[in-house]
Amino acid sequence: MTTTVDRAQTVATGAPRTGIKIDAGKLFTHLALLILVALWTFPTAGLLISSLRDKDQLAVSGWWTALTTSTSQGVSRIGTAADQVEENGKFVIRGNVFGTDTNKHLSGFGLTNGEPNAAAPGTSLPMKEGGAITVTDNGSFEWVSDTSFTHTRGPRIFYVAGIAPRFTLDNYVEVLTANGVGRSFINSFTVTIPATVIPILMAAFAAYALAWMRFPFRGLIVAVVVGLLVVPLQMSLIPLLSLYNNIAQTFGAEDGKTYLGIWLAHTAFGLPLAIYLLRNYMAGLPKEIMESARIDGASHFKIFTTMVLPLSFPALASFSIFQFLWVWNDLLVAMVFLGAQESKLVLTGKLVSLLGSRGNNWEILTAGAFITIVVPLIVFFSLQRYFVRGLLAGSVK
Amino acid sequence: MFETFRLSFFDKTGREFVGFSNYFWLFGDGNFHQAVFNNILWLIIVPSLATGFGLVIAVLADRLWWGNIAKSLVFMPMAISFVGASVIWKFVYDYRGDAAEQIGVLNALVTFMGLPPQAWITIPFWNSILLMIILVWIQTGFAMVILSAALRGVPEETLEAARIDGANGFRIFFDIMIPQIWGTIVVVWTTITIVVLKVFDIIFAMTNGQWDTEVLANLMFKWMFVNFDYGRGSSIAVVIMLAVLPIMIWNIRRANAEEGTR
Repeated sequence: MTTTVDRAQTVATGAPRTGIKIDAGKLFTHLALLILVALWTFPTAGLLISSLRDKDQLAVSGWWTALTTSTSQGVSRIGTAADQVEENGKFVIRGNVFGTDTNKHLSGFGLTNGEPNAAAPGTSLPMKEGGAITVTDNGSFEWVSDTSFTHTRGPRIFYVAGIAPRFTLDNYVEVLTANGVGRSFINSFTVTIPATVIPILMAAFAAYALAWMRFPFRGLIVAVVVGLLVVPLQMSLIPLLSLYNNIAQTFGAEDGKTYLGIWLAHTAFGLPLAIYLLRNYMAGLPKEIMESARIDGASHFKIFTTMVLPLSFPALASFSIFQFLWVWNDLLVAMVFLGAQESKLVLTGKLVSLLGSRGNNWEILTAGAFITIVVPLIVFFSLQRYFVRGLLAGSVK
Repeated sequence: MFETFRLSFFDKTGREFVGFSNYFWLFGDGNFHQAVFNNILWLIIVPSLATGFGLVIAVLADRLWWGNIAKSLVFMPMAISFVGASVIWKFVYDYRGDAAEQIGVLNALVTFMGLPPQAWITIPFWNSILLMIILVWIQTGFAMVILSAALRGVPEETLEAARIDGANGFRIFFDIMIPQIWGTIVVVWTTITIVVLKVFDIIFAMTNGQWDTEVLANLMFKWMFVNFDYGRGSSIAVVIMLAVLPIMIWNIRRANAEEGTR
């Protein structure tokens, strides 16, 4: 009681102060959340930005400097006597130290490795082959001499240049064409779509039966399904694989690693969750509708197809998203049941092999990784509502 | 499942019965000790951090107008594969030699503070922690979504009453919210625990068990599909299964109890 009185007094006498205090609390909340969200988004942002950067820049500077000009040192071998032209009695060799690269901006040049910054753009340096060289800030040079050039090996010009920020899709083009990621992208779809559709079809029937039909051991079956939810799938890998290999031998096939095999494997691993989710949802549908339909003489099949399936759409959607993400992101099952041959590699497997073989080529890794995660991200952001609902319904697995 | 159990008593081709020798071998194996030790670390650190961060973000986000956007962003790693996440974080931990400019965020921070850069994922013990951070990063979104839904279930009247009695934000959080959603916290915790027991992709992609980062699932994969010793591989699978068993039983009990109340 006293506290309420105290509070009332504070409100009456010190209203502005409480106002400020609340604001400080709010501010703290905003700030804390902002920091956490930034921490969580930062790594992914780094990946995305890096994958769009020029690969030379990516290798020398952090992605957070992507918008600033980075400086790099370079060297270029300029023309020989064969390139000279005679103009007004002088001999001239022209060219560009940057080659065809228009993205750089010269800040200094020199003739030795130790002094790449010896002369400013636009000024001249005497050359030991004779004459003097002038390099302007866009990289074009003019080497002028009173006597004819005779050297056969072009001297080297060292320079320091700023590289303007540049974003490009080149990395993606390279990864998709040269590194076989495009092929894996198709493989991933080949695996994922049937492996999502098959378990839904099977689970929907099973879930209806477990929710609305009376038969012996129903409770036991439900308990088994719930138990299977947490069984590590590692437990069944070897037996399933040897089963596949035996079947393959019977039919004279090379080995048991086929798309059909992986579809069925994913179906088997996905079924417990599917049945569990769908059964819970279907069991929650209003009993009265079912009963009146029964009284009107509808068969179980009729009730299932015309009423339960349309009503269960949210649960079906959330499970499809689960299964899609799970299969798409899976590495273990794909490696065991499809193997590591180049032609059958799914995206996750491809990415692991790139990590091994191109471990330091970040332009390839970042672009490859982004291709791998872009499909799940699209699915995720467009169907987030169903995904969250599914999580809430079956927060196991 | 039962077949795996049976195989764990057989030799590497699965034909000859060898009794418990796979298990004897296992308990004497240094890699196995390492894996068990690391797995215990993973089991302590990952679920607690993920649940903790998830809870904090859920509480903070529910009070702000842009909370939903924040939640979406924190939730996003859930959609990213473990392998994709590994690449993302490998980039964060990247090391370029002492002289070169660091392009990994972590080393850039370290050099910015004037310390020498490190090849992070090769330093025993700390590298395991760094790998755990990846899984925490993925799983926090999950914890947050579930806990945020549970928090909305806390009756407004209770919170109102506490506020009138003069409880501050922290008191409300610890004395009212936490006890009310305790059941959900336990569910989230166990779910992440199961994920941790099965974690394989991250270790496989980042270190493949080198530099003392081995865990059970990766060890099992090695024995099964690299060394093709089905007996030993199966025995590791059985160990994982035994670790999950208590959670499984608890899960069935809980489901049955729910059945009763329906």
